[in-house]
Amino acid sequence: MFKPKTEEEIELLHENGLLVSKTLAEVGKYVAPGVTTNKLNEVAETFIRDHGAIPSFLGFDGFPAALCLSVNDVVVHGFPSDYVLKEGDVVSVDCGTLYKGYNGDSAYTFPVGEVDEETRKLLDVTKASLYKGIEQAVDGNRVGDIGHAVQTYAESFGFSVVRELEGHGIGKGMHEDPGVPNYGRQGHGTHLVDGMTICIEPMINAGGRGVYVARNGWAVHTSDHKKSAHFELTVVVRKGHAEQLSTFDFIEKQQ
Amino acid sequence: MSKQVAIEQDGIIVETLPNAMFKVELENGHVILCQISGKMRMNFIHILLGDKVRVEISPYDLSKGRISFRYK
Repeated sequence: MFKPKTEEEIELLHENGLLVSKTLAEVGKYVAPGVTTNKLNEVAETFIRDHGAIPSFLGFDGFPAALCLSVNDVVVHGFPSDYVLKEGDVVSVDCGTLYKGYNGDSAYTFPVGEVDEETRKLLDVTKASLYKGIEQAVDGNRVGDIGHAVQTYAESFGFSVVRELEGHGIGKGMHEDPGVPNYGRQGHGTHLVDGMTICIEPMINAGGRGVYVARNGWAVHTSDHKKSAHFELTVVVRKGHAEQLSTFDFIEKQQ
Repeated sequence: MSKQVAIEQDGIIVETLPNAMFKVELENGHVILCQISGKMRMNFIHILLGDKVRVEISPYDLSKGRISFRYK
């Protein structure tokens, strides 16, 4: 069940959101051909700890790292390894923090060097579909409206929406009610109320929507091995329009 | 980090147990313990051995499910 968050709680979630956003920007500075995903993980973990927070993914259900680093056909939950990024790759970086008892969660898909047009389009469309979803996150709407907006926008470009994973509420716990799927029917789903803090995270595939989970039990791959993009922001539902608690501004200012 | 959705799969009833619990065999061969959903109870929908049903499985425990629909 869900309880609206108080202003103090929202302020703490905002601080977490800003920290995650800055961490992603810091990681973004290092994303380049020739860098290993282990390096990116180290950079993020050091940055988070320097700010007095804890990387919330480390140990979550047994997850072994501070970041999810998902390259190319890995949709989400990839482990950092000695994989060396090369020109044309895309790497989705998902980061979580635990600060003052509350959680932050955000993700961004970085292109490595120059990417081809199709991939560029996938990244732009996925990011735009996230903003379309955020537009729907207002008091009085329902969770299905968010999913519907994301789905229709992404599918209008010929891409597909992953069904097996969804966004979620956030607060003291990393995953709270309600679940926020990236597909849906308008007017269906949990009612959105003022003070609800949710993470919207479209996961869009360039090819078909089928996915499978790797042997390590975590990494989710696309069935047709085509690329996949993932962007996530934490927002708080308000009357009239949602407020972003995390932002991509830090990343985009430095690019 | 993304959250996993409750998975929906189809299956066939292989055993009936007391208290509206059933053993269902899924398309992939697994047999799981399932409970009938409240909506079906409320509308007095009966399920018999051999019926084809749709089951919702939680990502947190893959051996238990909820029967949400009975096919004709």
